[in-house]
Amino acid sequence: MNFKGRDVISIKDFSREEILHILDVAQKMIPIAEGKEKSDLLHGYIMASLFFEPSTRTRLSFETAMKRLGGNVIGFARPGTTSMKKGETLADTIRTAESYCDVIVMRHPQEGSARMAADFATVPIINGGDGAGHHPTQCLLDLFTIKREKGKIEGNKVALVGDLKYGRTVHSLAYALALFGVDMKFISPPELQMPKEVVEECMEMGVSINIEDSLNNLKDVDVLYVTRIQKERFPDPEEYKKVAGSYKIDRNLLKNANKNITIMHPLPRVDEISPDLDSTPNAAYFRQTFNGVPVRMALLSLVLGVVK
Amino acid sequence: MKELRVQPIKDGTVIDHIPPGNALKVLHILGMGLTLPDSVISIAINVRGKRGKKDIVKIENRELDPREVDKIALIAPNATINIIRNYEVVEKRRVEVPDEIVGIVKCSNPNCISNGKEPVETKFIVKSRNPLKIKCYYCEREPEDISSQII
Repeated sequence: MNFKGRDVISIKDFSREEILHILDVAQKMIPIAEGKEKSDLLHGYIMASLFFEPSTRTRLSFETAMKRLGGNVIGFARPGTTSMKKGETLADTIRTAESYCDVIVMRHPQEGSARMAADFATVPIINGGDGAGHHPTQCLLDLFTIKREKGKIEGNKVALVGDLKYGRTVHSLAYALALFGVDMKFISPPELQMPKEVVEECMEMGVSINIEDSLNNLKDVDVLYVTRIQKERFPDPEEYKKVAGSYKIDRNLLKNANKNITIMHPLPRVDEISPDLDSTPNAAYFRQTFNGVPVRMALLSLVLGVVK
Repeated sequence: MKELRVQPIKDGTVIDHIPPGNALKVLHILGMGLTLPDSVISIAINVRGKRGKKDIVKIENRELDPREVDKIALIAPNATINIIRNYEVVEKRRVEVPDEIVGIVKCSNPNCISNGKEPVETKFIVKSRNPLKIKCYYCEREPEDISSQII
């Protein structure tokens, strides 16, 4: 398996075996990510962090990952401070940045931007989110979290909840879970259901899918993956309030759920998960956030060819 | 008296079995006129054939590379390409949808990077030929009505 020089644009670019290898490398990175061990694995390497759109977790965890491994980071968090403001194309920005670094991590508001950047760059491009397109490193850290919380990925029943229509993370996650043979429930208001193509693709991969519109039946669910329902999807604010309220996860709801249920969320959350759950062992979302660091350490080391 | 609406050509290429009303689109896709300033091009629209109406395009003194013509399969999937030498058909083949469609179809996603000011041509990967399904190489959106997205 050789990752050196590879781009990370979509989770679909990776086989099940390759994903497992990335997660194995991530597992070994945990003590370094926790700061318990020091490393200079990526000493002398430079990562360009090009964020054309706001981000908290993705950008900070990539930069942390690089620095914990002894590497350096250049870049920007707001395009307003770059020549893009003067009308420079993304293609030119990428060709400029690549002459200063060994790997580029980027987030851009337009779909397909990372794929295009990869065609122009000779250094590896890692997609940190391209509009409503892909977010493969989120998907990998979600899989890593399920593996760490449950001991394995396969054999769990996972419920994806919330905005399944527009949420970019859930489409790739559903595909990746199907790759591991995981049965799923898609729970959403009817207007925000999982797109038909995603459901069909998962079923063609041989997993069972239940489509539901309420959180009443969580007895057989091992992992509850919650996503944010966005206000702007609803023309009527009253309708939004009603829908968002009926998908709120709190202690009361968990009374009738599997007592070992693991609750995940890509964050940021608004009020879909009540803070009274934060202190329960079921709440895995902050551990999930941490897991972004070892997973991104693994990816950086692999695409730079420092780890095989 | 025998009447010929469009005369046979001595040498060149005849594109036959184009769906009625699409001959001009075919020429547009092939970029004719710009690339063939010295060829006489005849167009017949709504010609009655054995299987109903069709359009025909005749290009004189130029044998088109079949792969060049495959681009028209998007709007004329049953078209045939006939290479003519000295009034005889020396080669005849049906168009085939190519594996990749570059610079012909616009992505239907307004937020796709290929619809911005970037120095790239639009590019689609053919997912299935029958029915024809294509996917944007960049944003992976599949246009529902391909013919309305032709540039």
